[in-house]
Amino acid sequence: MTTVTEETRLPVGWRVVARKELADHLLSGRFVVLMAVLGIATAAAVFAASGGIRDVAPAAQGISALFLKLFTVTAEPVPFPLIVFVGFLAPLLGIMFGFDSVNGERSQGTLPRLLAQPIHRDQVILGKFVAGLAVVTIMLTALVLFVSGIGIFRLGVVPSPAEVTRLFVWLLLAVVYVGFWQALATLASVVARRASTSALIPVGVWLVLTLFGGFIFSAIAGIIAPRDGSSAAEVAYLQAEQTVSQASPITLFQQGSTVLLDPEVRTIGLVTLEQVDRAIVSELNLVQSLLVVWPQLVVLLAMTAAMFAISYVAFVRQEVRA
Amino acid sequence: MASATSRDDREVRIRTESLTKRYDDRAVVDNLDLEIAAGEVFGLLGPNGAGKTTTILMLLGLVEPTEGSIEVLGMDPRRHPLEVKRHVGFLPDAVGFYDTMTGRQNLRFTARLNGVEGDDETIERLLDEVGLLYAADQPVGEYSRGMKQRLGLADALIKRPGVLILDEPTTAIDPEGVAEILNLIRRLANDDGVTILLSSHLLHQVQAVCDRVAIFVDGVVVAQGRPHELAAAQSGPVRVEFRFEGDEEPARRRLEELDWVVATTPGRVPGSWVVSLESARVPETVKELASTDVSLVGVHRMDDDLDAIYRRYFESREEVEA
Repeated sequence: MTTVTEETRLPVGWRVVARKELADHLLSGRFVVLMAVLGIATAAAVFAASGGIRDVAPAAQGISALFLKLFTVTAEPVPFPLIVFVGFLAPLLGIMFGFDSVNGERSQGTLPRLLAQPIHRDQVILGKFVAGLAVVTIMLTALVLFVSGIGIFRLGVVPSPAEVTRLFVWLLLAVVYVGFWQALATLASVVARRASTSALIPVGVWLVLTLFGGFIFSAIAGIIAPRDGSSAAEVAYLQAEQTVSQASPITLFQQGSTVLLDPEVRTIGLVTLEQVDRAIVSELNLVQSLLVVWPQLVVLLAMTAAMFAISYVAFVRQEVRA
Repeated sequence: MASATSRDDREVRIRTESLTKRYDDRAVVDNLDLEIAAGEVFGLLGPNGAGKTTTILMLLGLVEPTEGSIEVLGMDPRRHPLEVKRHVGFLPDAVGFYDTMTGRQNLRFTARLNGVEGDDETIERLLDEVGLLYAADQPVGEYSRGMKQRLGLADALIKRPGVLILDEPTTAIDPEGVAEILNLIRRLANDDGVTILLSSHLLHQVQAVCDRVAIFVDGVVVAQGRPHELAAAQSGPVRVEFRFEGDEEPARRRLEELDWVVATTPGRVPGSWVVSLESARVPETVKELASTDVSLVGVHRMDDDLDAIYRRYFESREEVEA
């Protein structure tokens, strides 16, 4: 037998956990289902979009960034552009890979055994988070490559390096956005004992923000900057509304996506007619787009990090016994 | 007395001093002093809810003690959690595994967490020792509870522990399996010098394998020592069942004449009598009966040694409550 004092080199805990979780996810039913949903919906959207672009292509001579239009154009019969679809899907992905991460261990009875191994508790939750996000990254990358492939095939347009870079940054944004929902779902899985409850919490948050978000933000803006009919007050109100709405990760992701994938968008803020008077329609280069979207990126990253930190602390402070 | 001889000068691997855990002022574990040496099998026996699991989780550093000190392998589990967990094997009560993974894969994961990856021979040997080799490549979801418990034992042994903590190791296992498991436990202690702390509410099942036991009721140790010494220290009458063949009337009359016999009552089957008598007088009584001309076909001590102690504490507690 090994003597008690013998030193063993312990592995990096989160990596061992992440490796196991990754294998679990990739072999799981939920991965297959999500991949199928993603594939079908993406194929439909991108076929419609590429068809739409082809129809207008003769009139749209000289449009650069035509390739990115694949992601932003709405075309019949699919009622939404691809970025909106990803915006819808991202919370679902995050929730699916997070909602049972801790209480799943509890209900299987594996938590006491796992925590009795030489691994810090924070490494457990970190490993799970990393693994979930890795799967999501794989899925979203596959989606982007899939769309690009169909686009090249159907349109015969090869993306420029700038477009590829924009897509790459957008992919990062999407992963961070999914990370927010995954962190929220992980928190729910720490707090709620049952998987059904912990799935419902983030889904509820998402529904409220999506369906009633606009209403809630206008109401808050109305309190901060009451409208009295004057145009100055109106501007103040609209600015307040925009600021408040940026508390929602959904808004941040939408704004970020729009700017990154549409080089013609030059601002997300309020623009008066005077400001755009005689402005020449032109495209921003990548750096300029990034400058516009920088605050959104950073705030979203901060929100994701904060949400993860909360679930982390909640888990570390929790009793092992159910 | 008893404990001093059993420990001689072997290294003490588990030591607690006035260990106390309170939840909202209710003491679940109250002033527990334990000292367990290398190669010793120690039984923590008591009814459900006595505080056994809480004690175990405190030894592993998974629950914070309210007061008192703990030393496992010379280390404080709160200050050196990883070192302690690296060398302490733990089989939790109602142990769980990842259902979609096979038994072997589950063990491999634990091995990896302990930095003993790639030790497939050990895994093979352990699976064989707990009698699970035939099911090694089945998903754990198909295992029975008893099989999971066997796997749990293999899982706890993978890190080649110096201390093995088993919480209710025999509850879900059939009687034949219990004997196998207890043999394995005994062998680990004798051959490898592993210190084993096991908790159980099934006294008679585990008392045979324990060098020393502590009877634990409501967070307090009411008796501690070697099983037979504890039983010998018992005062008061014991109950013995005698079975006769043919006419048992003369034997019964003879029994009632003996002045150390307290009471005789009819037994569970015809021809048997349950006799309460002073414990030291059992052999004499048998001799007396042999000298009569009835045929004595069976003598059975109704109180398992520790059961008597156990029951006595329950009875005295009920009296207090009444």
